[in-house]
Amino acid sequence: MMIKSNTLAAPVTASSKTGLAALLLSAVFGFGVIFAVGLAQADALHDAAHDVRHANGFPCH
Amino acid sequence: MFTRLITSALFAGAAAGLIAALLQLVFVQPVLLHAELYESGQLVHFGAAEISAHQDVGGLDPMRDGLSVVFSMLLYSGYALILLPLMSFAEQRGQSLSGKNGLIWGAVGFLVIQFAPGFSLAPEVPGVAAADVGIRQIWWAGTVIAAGIAAGLIAFTRSWIAWVGAAALLLAPHLIGAPEPESFVGPVPPEIAALFAVRALGVGLIGWSLLGAFAAYFWRTSGVTASAPQTSKA
Repeated sequence: MMIKSNTLAAPVTASSKTGLAALLLSAVFGFGVIFAVGLAQADALHDAAHDVRHANGFPCH
Repeated sequence: MFTRLITSALFAGAAAGLIAALLQLVFVQPVLLHAELYESGQLVHFGAAEISAHQDVGGLDPMRDGLSVVFSMLLYSGYALILLPLMSFAEQRGQSLSGKNGLIWGAVGFLVIQFAPGFSLAPEVPGVAAADVGIRQIWWAGTVIAAGIAAGLIAFTRSWIAWVGAAALLLAPHLIGAPEPESFVGPVPPEIAALFAVRALGVGLIGWSLLGAFAAYFWRTSGVTASAPQTSKA
């Protein structure tokens, strides 16, 4: 929202650091969701996501 | 910025995940259900009687298949929450994010998360023999991380040393070898397992390619409405 339109010479300022924090936080959420759907061994999660785990190549069982 | 990132990722993930789920239900699920007939012992491969290759595997199961759709959309949203920040990070450094580039980002995501581990640990149909799940998950995660770093090195560096490093990262997990079972005692016919593996990978390639294209699309359109004009590079 703040530095988007500058395509050249992206300024290394406080605002670009805020951007980086947002990117990292999003990625952390992503890892959490992938872990819950694909890897967590809790029985309820495993049973509900069973077919999706197999079809998406996650180690299952 | 953060809201735009999350909403774009969720829209892209939901859309690509829904399409991937529908393809999965049509092309992968019948193979999986067929395998489960052997896993449960209802059918016996090389048993006393010859068994037809054509089995009634039942139709849609609203509960089971509904959950698969929901979890597929969730999973692809998770992928998008990682993919889109990387795309946005590259965009901040001068890469254009057209729909075509998004397609390439998605295809590379497929190579990293599905094809790289699948090269030695093929998508498993229920009932195949396999090593302990914890050990396979560790190998799987290590392979995905190595392939992810390798993809970044190949795409964003111009140095031979980095490319050689990337090749080493891509090869190492497979030279070390994926965890394998003590013996191959799976009751499922190899024809079914092979079809399952290739269909799972095929649906993954389509799902991921769409995910990348959708992510680029939602990211760019939300940028147009939410902030300064930024459409010149299409």
